[in-house]
This record gives sequence, structure tokens and C-alpha cells, in this order.
Amino acid sequence: MDIAFIIEKLILISAILAISLVIAMYTTLAERKFAGFFQDRVGPNRAGPWGLLQPLADGVKLFTKEEIIPTHAGTFLFVLGPSLSMFTACITTAVIPWGQDLFLFGRNISLQVADINVGVLYVFGVVSLGVYGVMIGGWASNNKFSLLAAVRSASQNISYEIAMGLSIIALLMMTGTLSLREISEQQSGMNWNIFYQPLGFLIFMICSFAETNRTPFDLPECETELVGGHHTEYSSMKLGFYLFAEYINMFVSSAIMASLYFGGYNYPGMHLISNPNVAALIGVAAFFTKILLFIFFFIWVRWTVPRFRYDQLMKLGWKVLIPLAIINIALTGAGILFFGK
Amino acid sequence: MNSLTNRKKVLESKKMNFWERIYLPAILHGLSITMKHFFKKKTTIYYPEQKREFSENFRGLHSLKRDENGAERCTACGLCALSCPAEAITMTAAERKPGEEHLYREEKYASVYEINMLRCIFCGFCEEACPKAAIFLDGDIAKAGYKRDEFIFGKDKLVEPIVK
Ligand code: SF4
Ligand code: SF4
Repeated sequence: MDIAFIIEKLILISAILAISLVIAMYTTLAERKFAGFFQDRVGPNRAGPWGLLQPLADGVKLFTKEEIIPTHAGTFLFVLGPSLSMFTACITTAVIPWGQDLFLFGRNISLQVADINVGVLYVFGVVSLGVYGVMIGGWASNNKFSLLAAVRSASQNISYEIAMGLSIIALLMMTGTLSLREISEQQSGMNWNIFYQPLGFLIFMICSFAETNRTPFDLPECETELVGGHHTEYSSMKLGFYLFAEYINMFVSSAIMASLYFGGYNYPGMHLISNPNVAALIGVAAFFTKILLFIFFFIWVRWTVPRFRYDQLMKLGWKVLIPLAIINIALTGAGILFFGK
Repeated sequence: MNSLTNRKKVLESKKMNFWERIYLPAILHGLSITMKHFFKKKTTIYYPEQKREFSENFRGLHSLKRDENGAERCTACGLCALSCPAEAITMTAAERKPGEEHLYREEKYASVYEINMLRCIFCGFCEEACPKAAIFLDGDIAKAGYKRDEFIFGKDKLVEPIVK
């Protein structure tokens, strides 16, 4: 392993971390802006031109707020909770292929931190770990309401992970690989998986709404009805971490949906561009456009659909999505058997 | 039995059909509605730069009036304080000295006149009670402040400036 390789990866990791944080930061602004637009208002517009400095103002505010750790709370776990949430939200980006290889300085630079052959499994593993942040936070607060909320949101996440995993199995049967890079490459041009797996995508999307705790599945938070969920006892930047992790999760799940079902960095007409570097850079831009469109969709749905009741949520997860996902697997199997891929 | 107005409508909850039960068409319809609002003209008024016009009978901050010679009209009768449901007005009366006729119209005047704007509910009873037409709620909306003291308006803020 040469030194250039390490530098290259370090630069890539920092860039991806920075980009995902900045996007998450501005998603918080976009959320408020678009919420305004959907409600015939204008949203925050005082901090900087068009309110562009609003996320900074929010950050400064959260950092300077008084930090309260309840006396009965276990301090170590109390701090671990939000950190774990933030950490698991950030590390998923490692396996996402951001674009095709670049040729720079005589080197072949891959725009993916780690092309591991179990990429999809890695994502699922990390997403499941995300529950620990919520659980530990709710437990360490030593508040029965926080604990109840944590249990509630943990059971929501676990229920929807099953349907999510089942919906992805149909896709994996088609692609025959777990590596996100290979899945992306198979969808070159307009050969996107969404055209073969519309039902699977629908299930996957609904589940990722539930996994990221977004409306209509934002029961862990319910800010319109409850004081808060598992983060009731949190204040200052620890609360900020919990809320921010949600936005990073949104970014990551948009990226995963885009790379699994919407062709990742592929775009129509990519074979016409002769310079591979240009083609790769346009690919990166296309990928980010898809991600941003998904984020917009997340926000759009949030300001349209009302929240589910808890029993409805469980019913949808267990009685509708899981059977549908299994039917989808059967259909895909039949399709592969009769038509080939 | 007839109800009182006979306008009662009995609603039956129909069983939902398949398309209604899978929700997705309804959600898509909802999404299209919100998208329409996304591009609509916004109704926001950008407050400090843009102001909405007050209505004719808007009751804003109080002002203590002067008569045509520039003398204060208030005679410290206390009727406004008596009528005030929020007990926001306090005053101290004083006797006019010779040579002060150009300052105070009546022989008795209010040397201190304070309205606590945190108590005031802008009901306008003080304006109605005043026999001397000395107080009117014709000002702007109450300003924000950082300290409670800032909301006790004395004569310096209430008495209208002399127009020459
Ligand atoms: S407006 Fe009403 S509440 Fe305010 S000072 Fe006058 S009488 Fe009192
Ligand atoms: S403002 Fe009018 S009612 Fe009040 S004390 Fe003066 S004269 Fe009397």
C-alpha cells in the first residue's frame, strides 16, 4: 500500500464527510424553506441572503445553549447515545459509489471509499446499529417517557428493517451481487433497476421513510403532539446531534435509493462522452441531482401526509409490506425463470 | 323525532373500496395539491420593511394631547385610571403655578402620568372616560423591549410633541 493511496483515500473521506455534513446542514434550511413554500409562506429569510446563513445561526445557537445532563442519568451512556447516532449516520457513506473512476496524475482514482463485496449488507448492518443510539439515549436519560419513546422507535425500526431487507432480496436476485459498485455498473445508461423492480422500490422507499423517522412515520419524535421522543432530556448540541443525524440519514438513504434503483451515477447518453474524466464528473453531478431530488421528495411528503397512528404503523409494516415484499420476491423469481434477466 | 333546525345530516361511513384502501392515489393527490401551493404567490408581509395598514378604529399606543395653544389638556381627574380594567394608569396631580398657563390648560395637572404597557390591554376605556379629550390611543403598536422598566411609559413618551 503506497502513501499516495492513503492520501487519496483520506482526501476522499474528508470530502465525502464534508459534503454529507454540508448537505445535511442545508437540508435543515431547505426543510424550513420548503415548509414555508408549501404553506404559502416564505420561510426563514433574515440570516444572510434568502436565509442562507440560517444553518450557521442554528448551529451557533445549539452550541451556546446550556448543556444539561440530568443528575440521575448515566453520564457515559448519555453522551454515547447521540454520538452513536451521529457516527452510524456518517459511516454508511463509505460504501456508496459516488462516480466512475477518475484518471488523475497517472492514477486510477476510485470515487468510493471502500468497494467491499458485501456493500448492501454493510449498509443494513450500520442502519441496524443506528437503533442503539436511540435506545441508549432513551435508556440513559432515566426518564420513563424517554424510555417508552426509545422502545417505540426501536420497535418501529426493527419492524421496517424486515420489510426493507425482503424488498432488497428481490433486487439482489436480479443483480446477483451485493457490491454497490457492481449494482451501479449494471445499470449503465438508462438500464435502471426501477423499471424492473417498481414494487420493490416502493416498499424500499416506504421503509426508508420509516427508518429515517420521517413523516408519515415520525412517531419517535411527533413534535406536534409530544414534547419529544427519546431525546426529551437532551439539550444543546447533543440534541442537535440527534436531529442532525436524522438529516444525514435522509441524505444517506437518498443516496442508497438512487444507487440501488435509479442508476447511481449513470445517466442517459453517458457513452457518447469520450473523455472518461468528464463523463465521470457528469456522473457525479447526476448522482447528486438524484440525491437532491430524493431529499426534496422526503420534504415534500413530510408537508403533505399526516402521521400514522402507532397501530396503523405496525399493521402497515407487518401485515402489508412484509407480505408484499415476499410476493415481490416470488414474482421476481418467476420473472428470472421465464425471461432470464 | 325532528331535530330543532332539521338541518342534521346523517353521515354513513361507506366501506372503502380497493383504491381507497391502498392510500397511494390519495397520497399522490395530496402531493399534487401541496405542489400547487409551492408555486403560489406567498401571502407573507415582510413586517419591519412592509407594514399592513391599520384599520380605522385600531387602538395603538396612547398619546396625551395638547390643546390649540400647546398646553396639556389632562387635568389629572383620574377618571381614566378609574375606568382602566387593567389598572395600568397611575398619576400624581399637582397645582398649576402662576405663569404656567401656557403649559397646562387647567388649574390642576398631572405632574406624573404613567401607563404600564405590560398591563394595558388596549381596551380604549381610558380614551372613552376622559372628559377633557386628553388621551387617545392613536399611536403605533407597542414596541418590544428587553427590560420591564422599558414598558412603563411616562409623560416623556406619552405627551405629544408641540407642533408650532
Ligand atoms: S387602554 Fe384600557 S387597559 Fe390600557 S390604559 Fe386605557 S383603560 Fe387601561
Ligand atoms: S387623561 Fe383625561 S381622564 Fe385621565 S386624568 Fe387626564 S383628563 Fe382625566
